[in-house]
Amino acid sequence: MRINTLFYCIKQGIRNIFKNKWFTLASIATISACLFMFGLFFSILSNFQHIVKNAEERFPVSALLEGGLSDERVQEISNMISRRSEVKESIFIDADETWEKFAEEMNFGDVSIFTENPLEECAHFDIYLTDVSQQPALVAYLESIEGIRKVNQSALTAQALTGVNAIVSYVSVGIIVILFLVSIFLISNTVTIGISVRKEEIQIMKYIGATDFFTRAPFVIEGIIIGFIGSLIPLVAVYFIYNEAMMYVAGRFPFLSQIFEFLPVTTVFSTLVPVCIAIGVGIGFLGSFTTVRKHLSV
Amino acid sequence: MSIDKIEIYDIRVLCIERSMDKGMRSTVRGRTVAGDNDTVILMEHVSKAYTVGVPALNDVTLHINKGEFVFIVGDSGSGKSTLIKLLLRELLPTSGKVIVNGTDVVRLKRRSIPKFRRSLGVVFQDFRLLKDRNVYENVAFAQRIIQMPNREIRKNVPSILSTVGLAGKYKARPKQLSGGEQQRVALARALVNKPKILLADEPTGNLDPKNSWEIMNLLEKINNNGTTVLVVTHNREIVNAMQKRVITMKKGIIVSDEEKGGYIDED
Repeated sequence: MRINTLFYCIKQGIRNIFKNKWFTLASIATISACLFMFGLFFSILSNFQHIVKNAEERFPVSALLEGGLSDERVQEISNMISRRSEVKESIFIDADETWEKFAEEMNFGDVSIFTENPLEECAHFDIYLTDVSQQPALVAYLESIEGIRKVNQSALTAQALTGVNAIVSYVSVGIIVILFLVSIFLISNTVTIGISVRKEEIQIMKYIGATDFFTRAPFVIEGIIIGFIGSLIPLVAVYFIYNEAMMYVAGRFPFLSQIFEFLPVTTVFSTLVPVCIAIGVGIGFLGSFTTVRKHLSV
Repeated sequence: MSIDKIEIYDIRVLCIERSMDKGMRSTVRGRTVAGDNDTVILMEHVSKAYTVGVPALNDVTLHINKGEFVFIVGDSGSGKSTLIKLLLRELLPTSGKVIVNGTDVVRLKRRSIPKFRRSLGVVFQDFRLLKDRNVYENVAFAQRIIQMPNREIRKNVPSILSTVGLAGKYKARPKQLSGGEQQRVALARALVNKPKILLADEPTGNLDPKNSWEIMNLLEKINNNGTTVLVVTHNREIVNAMQKRVITMKKGIIVSDEEKGGYIDED
């Protein structure tokens, strides 16, 4: 193909966008509306999953050590725990620290009246997991280690969180798939209607000997540009709404910010931007490609 | 049809059959070709049925030689449009052979259709211009699809527009032109790639008598330059006046093929 033919097709595609203003606006509006909903749900669900994940990590497994272990043995046990893939972090808390923390939590006030540490046998590791569903496997492992006398776990909490996380994941996937399908349906319909009203133009091109590529190229370029613009608008809108919402929550409900840690906008958008652009451009491309094909058999 | 009309019709068919017996070129069902190299359109025993029932074309055999000017006339439903569609490879025949410009249209692969169509010029009753483009761009479009370099397009388009008398209107949009002018643009577009055959489907159907004659004179001029011209028309006055070869169709068959014929009026 000659380079000027390629430029001609691109030029025609861009020209078509301005020529068919209403179709362009309707297509961009449809794509934007669908991807805006998609982006909004994606942001909310990403944060929800993040919050659940954070909650999981707040419940450590405690491995209580036998009394009189040497420092070397404690270090060995620490290494054995840290090597496990499901372990995110392992913190050693000696008996004195455990007692101080306990006294503080129980509001005992001055603890100097105690001549001995009542929790002498309570040196332990607080172990945080990357995935709370791995807790039973880790507990079994810890119980097999010589020098660990007892493992405290919150099986109920772990199960509940695992369950919530699974539900959130399923619901997220379900909603996103439904939104995705609705987006494809609406956008394809808009593109189809927009191109169908120009079928005469396609037929004229075919009658005078234009190849399928030459006929289709301007429409496909037009579809891609519309899809691209249609995906940028909701991204900008979701970006501002997301930032505003975070600021609002932080200002109005500061206690929530302490409990929940929201995902930074850059984290959400590192996935959302490529996904939205791929959906917009992909649907613009496929919609125009398949619709024009219907009219090419002249 | 009344008995008198049937008789007149039969007499005409008889005259043609007699002329065939005398060794003249015309026949009713077939046509003797002087030499195959001269044949640009060949249809042999072509039938086309859309659904069960009366076929749109029934065992049509037709030869058109290079440089001929041929009218195809007939009532609505006689099969004229089907014939043009077969020549354009818009349709495939149910049976028979169609060869255009040496290309077996029936065997033509889908991907080769565009290239085949570029060897034909086509003009329609409703002009079929790209409404959003000006005269220059409409004509240039035919050149762009054959990937003609821009410098050639800039040379060829003004030249052909001047041939059809529209040199001064190259910037106008189709809706700013009269019917006659729009048909000239369509003609210019059909001719700019220098086709060997020009197919015109009712080219004067939407035009007044003055514009109709102007278009026909242009077609004759194009024919005089060596292009084979095939015109489907209902315009009795023009057909009778121009004294060209006339093929008359009725219910899917060729009922008359006269060298310097006229419009057979069945009513």
